[in-house]
Amino acid sequence: MSNYDTIVIGAGHNGLICAAYLAKKGQRVLVLEAAPAAGGLAMTREFHPGFKASVAHSLNQFSGKIAADLNLKAHGFDSSGQAMPTVALDPDGKHISISDDALQGAGEDDAASYVKYRKAMKTFARALEPFWAKTMPGVGNNSLGELMTFGQLGLRLRMMGKEDMLEFLRVATLPMRDLMDEYFSDKRLQAALSWDGLVGAKLAPRSPNSAVFGLLYRMIGEHQGMHSIPASGISGLVNALQGAATAAGAEVRFDAPVKRVVVDADENGLRASGVELVGGETVTASRVVSSADPQTTFLKLVGARHLEIEFANRIQRLRCEGYVAKLHLALKGAPNIPGLSDANARMIIADQPDALEFAFDDAKYGGYSQNPVMEVLLPSLTDSSLAPAGQHVLSANIMYVPANLKGGWTDEARADLSRRVMDTLEAHIPGLADLVVHAELLTPADLESQFRVTGGHWHHTEFAVDQMLMMRPTYEAGQYATPLPGLYLCGAGSHPGGGLMGGPGHNAAHEILK
Amino acid sequence: MTNEPAMSADPFQGERPRHTHFHERQAALNVREAWSAWNGFRFADYYYDPEYEYFCIRNFCGTYDICPMQKYYISGPDAAAMLDRMVTRDIKKLNVNRVTYCVWCTDEGRIVDDGTIFRISEDTYMLTCGSPSVSWLRKSAIGFDDVTITDMTDEIAGLSLQGPTSYSTLKAMGLEGLETLKPFGIMRFPFNGVELMVSRTGFTGDLGYELWIDPSQALAMWDALYAAGKDFGIHPYGETATDMARLEAGFIMPDMELSESLKTIHFEHDQSPFELNLGWLVDFKKPHFNGRRALLEERERGPKWTLVKLDIPGNKVAEGAIMYDTEDCDNEIGYVTSAMWSPSVKANIALAMIKTPALKGDIWAEIYYQKELRYYRKMALCEVKDKPFWMPARTRQTPPEVYS
Amino acid sequence: MKRYDAVIIGAGHNGLTNAAYLAKAGLDVMVVEKNDYIGGAAVTREMHEGWFYSSCSYVCSMMRQAIHRDLDLAKHGLLLVPYLGTVAFGDRGETLIEYTDEEASYNELKKHSPHDADAMHRFQADLGRYAQLIRKTLLRTPPDPSSFKPRDIKELLWLAKEFYALGERELYEYVRFFTMSAAEFLEDYFENDLVKAAMASPGIIGTALGVYSPGSAYVLLHHVMGDVDGNVGAWGLARGGMGAISNALCSAMKAHGGELRTGSGVQQILVKGGKAVGVALENGDEIYADIVVSNLDARRTFTKVMDKNDLPDGIYERAENFKIRGSSGKVNIALSGMPKFNNVPDNPYINRGGQGFVGSLETMERAYDCWKRGTWSDDPFIESVIPSAWDPTVAPAGKHWMSNFIQYCPPKLADGEWTPEKRDAFGQTVIDKIERFSPGFKDLIVHMEVRTPHEIENEIGLTEGNIFQGELTIDQLLFNRPFPGYGQYRMPVKNMYMCGSSTHPGGGVSSACGANAAREILLDLKRPNTVPEDDCYDE
Repeated sequence: MSNYDTIVIGAGHNGLICAAYLAKKGQRVLVLEAAPAAGGLAMTREFHPGFKASVAHSLNQFSGKIAADLNLKAHGFDSSGQAMPTVALDPDGKHISISDDALQGAGEDDAASYVKYRKAMKTFARALEPFWAKTMPGVGNNSLGELMTFGQLGLRLRMMGKEDMLEFLRVATLPMRDLMDEYFSDKRLQAALSWDGLVGAKLAPRSPNSAVFGLLYRMIGEHQGMHSIPASGISGLVNALQGAATAAGAEVRFDAPVKRVVVDADENGLRASGVELVGGETVTASRVVSSADPQTTFLKLVGARHLEIEFANRIQRLRCEGYVAKLHLALKGAPNIPGLSDANARMIIADQPDALEFAFDDAKYGGYSQNPVMEVLLPSLTDSSLAPAGQHVLSANIMYVPANLKGGWTDEARADLSRRVMDTLEAHIPGLADLVVHAELLTPADLESQFRVTGGHWHHTEFAVDQMLMMRPTYEAGQYATPLPGLYLCGAGSHPGGGLMGGPGHNAAHEILK
Repeated sequence: MTNEPAMSADPFQGERPRHTHFHERQAALNVREAWSAWNGFRFADYYYDPEYEYFCIRNFCGTYDICPMQKYYISGPDAAAMLDRMVTRDIKKLNVNRVTYCVWCTDEGRIVDDGTIFRISEDTYMLTCGSPSVSWLRKSAIGFDDVTITDMTDEIAGLSLQGPTSYSTLKAMGLEGLETLKPFGIMRFPFNGVELMVSRTGFTGDLGYELWIDPSQALAMWDALYAAGKDFGIHPYGETATDMARLEAGFIMPDMELSESLKTIHFEHDQSPFELNLGWLVDFKKPHFNGRRALLEERERGPKWTLVKLDIPGNKVAEGAIMYDTEDCDNEIGYVTSAMWSPSVKANIALAMIKTPALKGDIWAEIYYQKELRYYRKMALCEVKDKPFWMPARTRQTPPEVYS
Repeated sequence: MKRYDAVIIGAGHNGLTNAAYLAKAGLDVMVVEKNDYIGGAAVTREMHEGWFYSSCSYVCSMMRQAIHRDLDLAKHGLLLVPYLGTVAFGDRGETLIEYTDEEASYNELKKHSPHDADAMHRFQADLGRYAQLIRKTLLRTPPDPSSFKPRDIKELLWLAKEFYALGERELYEYVRFFTMSAAEFLEDYFENDLVKAAMASPGIIGTALGVYSPGSAYVLLHHVMGDVDGNVGAWGLARGGMGAISNALCSAMKAHGGELRTGSGVQQILVKGGKAVGVALENGDEIYADIVVSNLDARRTFTKVMDKNDLPDGIYERAENFKIRGSSGKVNIALSGMPKFNNVPDNPYINRGGQGFVGSLETMERAYDCWKRGTWSDDPFIESVIPSAWDPTVAPAGKHWMSNFIQYCPPKLADGEWTPEKRDAFGQTVIDKIERFSPGFKDLIVHMEVRTPHEIENEIGLTEGNIFQGELTIDQLLFNRPFPGYGQYRMPVKNMYMCGSSTHPGGGVSSACGANAAREILLDLKRPNTVPEDDCYDE
């Protein structure tokens, strides 16, 4: 008799969501987390005495359905908060502020185009929305229900109207640069609006095929792509998920890193029957659900020898190199950003699409840009628990910073990158350097070692057309069940993908309970 | 610019197939200059007369150059586990100094290639196969940390010696103790300061051995062998005679019966072990091997095609024939993969792929044949045979019969 | 004044194909061409005494054999001769020779990497599988995915069936091929840098993508999906140069009663009452016709030779947004003798093929980075061929003509337009690079002609010098080509059609666009179809 019905590896948001759904259905669930607290990349940690930050620093797509199903409100999560504007930051104070329905600081033509642009993108995003929260069936021998999923997709596309449907089929694979050129003339605006199609991916503005999907995927939250920080902070969401899981009866163990998935072998074949912890303890269960990334799950925890050859190679060839570094600054006071009345915004530093493109060019050869591009937030303006009173936290996502830096992430390389990032920030936020009490730079290599995610990749593996939908992470494991009986996936490496969204955890639980 | 070796004086050097370690002797014997190529090596179709060479295999003994065959050493503590996961047979049962024939499949249970695995020491296996397999072996080794794959193709000279007098020839060469060597066994003998490895294996369905030696002694071994075999009718044979012998024995041939899965363009134009009637190679008692899930499913629903041995009335060879369920050619049910007139059993034989359900009914072959440039067509009702057309008792007899 | 059934703008190979099929159906057709010679980019002219340059397009693999046969182009003088070996040159001068003989190629690859020699079999099988499907779509009109017409639904189902016939797993692999970068796609097969570079190079020819750009794997496929005499992926040369194709098509068109006017650039497509009624020439002449077929690219058609007011809303903008960035240059060289290349044996079979100065993936990508920045790399990717090695008609005996195609060359430079001085500097870069691999090369040069996108646009009329009349990215393929809703050759103005490479299946000397457009025109005119089905590919 197994100790548990289900063991969930990892107490990130997807692991907790999956555990909560399963426990709610009466399963005996154990969540094993290597870290001392829940949240994974969304864990709020103290990076300097009194100052806290989470690698994932804002919300834009958390599933409302999951919040309702799991009654997260009762556990302290109070909606995702007010939408922040996205600001294309200008060193001379001529910022462009982008909100849900309007632009400020851009030309009239661009402002008018923005309305059209948002309408089109919202139409497309809405058509796709139901499919992010559904298991995408394979195209092989389909059941009626699966065929209906495809039929529904076709129908929803057609329901947009003939012109919108055809336009979607064209726009879907456009590079961000071409999409932006079609709508806007202001380069700074183009760069800021490109950001959401590119961030976290190995994509530049000129890269076709996957950016628009990334953008549309990020538009599924209640603010349709606008970011927010809930009043309770990112920690509020993580705490609520943990609360919901434990309230439903799931057991969560911290400081419990998994060494391997135990695989039983007999005449019936192989089967995952539990896990062995780094400490040596073995826990058995009817099934193991991993929210770790696919390469970690299959190649490290299960072992390629327990998989089939082509599948193991497909897992190995998954593109998992992270391209985003994270900077956390502890500030002794509020920074003053000239020309910006409210710094509670998502600020993009990239003065034109070529700034992104050329930064990417450095990264593709294993370097980083002399002129880093980044997204900057002051989360402590919303979540006052992140810093002592009157003091603040600056949180920045820096692109394009490769996990596999040529020559390795030496102290010199880190110091050099920090200096470049600080110089860029100082150019846009004069006086910032004087406010800095402590700085923490997390390269993708650091994210990999600290958060156990291959390549330090936010999305566990590239969110690209060939690694999307039923092909995520590969077609053999695209419906959460894997070729190893008893083993399931529920992390960002599964459909629909990464981000604080919850789809993989939700869909995996649904498959397990089927 | 690089310091690459100077260009060869022969501008066509890169175009010319390489020579095997036995080429010098074989070239001298190739009276007909009948050459083709295999894996980049010059290779004989025949030397003098294909039928004569075929009868050497059945009557005396003959040598067949297996240098172009790919040879890999798989070694290290994980070697057995790696191979065991790769092939459908249970490699853990293979003892040291034993050989086994096996196939390996894609995840979908389609055959990548077939070949033999030699366990040459506790932790070292030699895999031989018809096509280069570095890429697949390397893919198969992911997850096995303690395994080394070495391409030995150019490092080992291989010569097959087949036919009833093969044993006597080797004895005459002085291989003491060979009489105890059973089919699929390996023995080693000293030869000119190197080790001569002899396995009782082959591709002819007859008594036979394969000789493996360091290339430096390849010609010396050839000379010793031919000196010993002089009175036992030893003669080199090529691809044509091999193809005849193997067809009589019912063995499959790449590019005839087998379309290697990784090189197949059209969907399911490759084959599964069940389709090739090689289900006996698939060991489902093994918890894990590549293609297991797909093959289990296939076993449940039955293979779409089945390779059968056919005895066809008349003497018109059914090469390229299309098969039907009636004499009126109503439904196509399959096609002939290999066909020949068997000189030994005096029968018109063939291997054919037949849609499995059609095996319950009649199998008619639509045969085209030629008489002095004029083509004719005939229909022939075929008989399915379970046993190989040729598999004499001497093939397995230990010790083998001595000719003196 | 005579009124024609159809006037076709542009005597490029697709315009001539289109006209030939309309004429074959009994239509009274007139082809107007701005230059004094025909062919568009499939042209061969005597550019130096005794030397006949195929100034733009230089090899042929996609020409639909069904059309070749159907229009009896052999009778009209066309002979396609297949390539033999090719050589790829690496950054350090190392060479990879691709022989026509499989065993020889295997031995050559094995010298570079035994693993890659083995993997090449799988790569070629996979490529063959993907190409096979695309090839079937070339001579077919793409379906409109939003349409409920039986014909479109039937075609969509046919496409679905063909995809499904690949098998489920291959379908997913297909998505990879369609969307990934050439470099990442090749990672799955090869380990050797030169092998990867040589295999990736077709993925950037003519395109505004790099080997690391998603989408370049498809371009790779576009270049290898042709076939010559059933040899998939084989390339060939037209005897007499690429102009021989255009000449044969023109001769076939005239044999069916079609007419041609050269030196007659079109000023404007005449539209009356919402219908195309003819064309006004630059010399003031007007030619009237029931239908107008443009073989110009989509940008040029709608923004240069049409009045914006004649177009429905949004079309002009669509044309302006049509992606047609130029990225290639061409240097044509007359040589006094056959150049010798380092690390290449003096083997005439090898020299009867191409030379690819590929360098490495990074070298090619860095050349792309230069293009993005409005300049050219001093180490560009050059694809060369010396057609005179096996075509006795293009250079004096014993002398040679060398075609050099260069990727990348920007349509405009960061510091302004192209000038003759900058053009020559670009040409110098190219011969400097070749000299590195062929010492003494420069001494053989008798004459050379350098073409940047600027020259290509000026002479041929291809916007920005884009050789495909529009980029081959998914947003501009199949039913999206040239614009969504206009993928079936009918244009937004009644009685107006397009037949150039801006339409499906896109660039390459295939004659497919022109033939497909003719089929649609004849359907609209309720005339019997004269365009053959493509029955000349490997089923």
